[in-house]
Amino acid sequence: MARIIGGITTSHVPAIGGAIAKGLQQDPYWRPFFDGFTPVRQWLAETRPDTVVVVYNDHGLNFFLDQMPTFAVGAAPSYRNADEGWGIPQVPAFSGHSALSWHLIEQLVGEDFDLTSCQDMAVDHAFTLPMALLWPDQKWPVNVVPVCINTVQAPLPSAARCYALGQAIGRAVASWPGDEKVVVLGTGGLSHQLDGERAGFINKPFDLQFMDSLVTNPRWATQFNTRQLVEQAGTQGVELLMWLATRGALGEQVAELHRNYHIPISNTASGLMLLEPRG
Amino acid sequence: MALNDPPIPGTVIFDGEMARKGYALNKMCFSFNNAANRQAFVDDEDGYCARYGLNPQQREAIRTRNVLQLLAAGGNAYYLAKFAGIFGLDMQDIGAQQTGLSKAEFKARLVAANLQPIAQTEA
Repeated sequence: MARIIGGITTSHVPAIGGAIAKGLQQDPYWRPFFDGFTPVRQWLAETRPDTVVVVYNDHGLNFFLDQMPTFAVGAAPSYRNADEGWGIPQVPAFSGHSALSWHLIEQLVGEDFDLTSCQDMAVDHAFTLPMALLWPDQKWPVNVVPVCINTVQAPLPSAARCYALGQAIGRAVASWPGDEKVVVLGTGGLSHQLDGERAGFINKPFDLQFMDSLVTNPRWATQFNTRQLVEQAGTQGVELLMWLATRGALGEQVAELHRNYHIPISNTASGLMLLEPRG
Repeated sequence: MALNDPPIPGTVIFDGEMARKGYALNKMCFSFNNAANRQAFVDDEDGYCARYGLNPQQREAIRTRNVLQLLAAGGNAYYLAKFAGIFGLDMQDIGAQQTGLSKAEFKARLVAANLQPIAQTEA
């Protein structure tokens, strides 16, 4: 049976793509961020996963406000990156795992998650840059299943609902008859706000408490509604919903293998965690 | 408007009301994913805005490159980032403009967030 061997949660920011393109990984500004990924890459080299379920939020590459799904699952044979408006270099296409995608769609809809299925889907920096941080040579040794959660336009799905979605993803993977080793990769956050007079808002105490909670009390953040999350984490900090969905997929107990937290990259407090399920 | 009431200072949550108000503006900004469209805007800003049916408030906010006005006109941060990309502006440029700081001051404020005390309460 397929099994989830780990969860990785990380921030995503377009500027990471610019830093990769310019080779700034060891620049003093960027080094504390990029160096955080070394232990995660070592873990990936040792565990050699087959498939990555990428939980991310689209920023207006694939979805516009004309049609805005709350939850969307990719079911394409491959996924391409494309220009998002500021010309960051594009990465090679990703191989899909459409059979597993459809299994997830069947199982999730069967559990009353009324999602949107996508057989043709572009993936943006929230998907591509975390993958490029995990595999810097961009020769993807895995296939992927994208899970996209709306954080563009309120109403957003609640934190509790995203956690439950993750739990359902965990059950769906466990019921897949293949023998894939699966990693769940959740990208977004942590605290940041791009828009308004409050731009530049960062809440370090909240971020650290949130990261701790994923290990010790994973439902802690499900107490907050969208407005409270914006208040605590900023308008784009709500992307931590991806972390909650990822954590939900890992089961009740996890071991924290690695963590990094660095302020700032661009306008963002960047976080990184590597968690292994422990039953 | 429950999400925006009471307001969070300096913050507007992009909800259905904002999405209706800003649809034309955001649709234009969405088109800037395409490099040819970005060039078409640069070549003929008036004509490009007219094609997307921007209202006078949106047109003026585009003309002045004023981010707070663009937000007030219904712009969404994720789409406005594509507009900013035309001018090579990064998020610290945008943040500085909105907060009335210089870019250096804005960046210093981000770094200073490291000094925030950690939480006392248990997760």
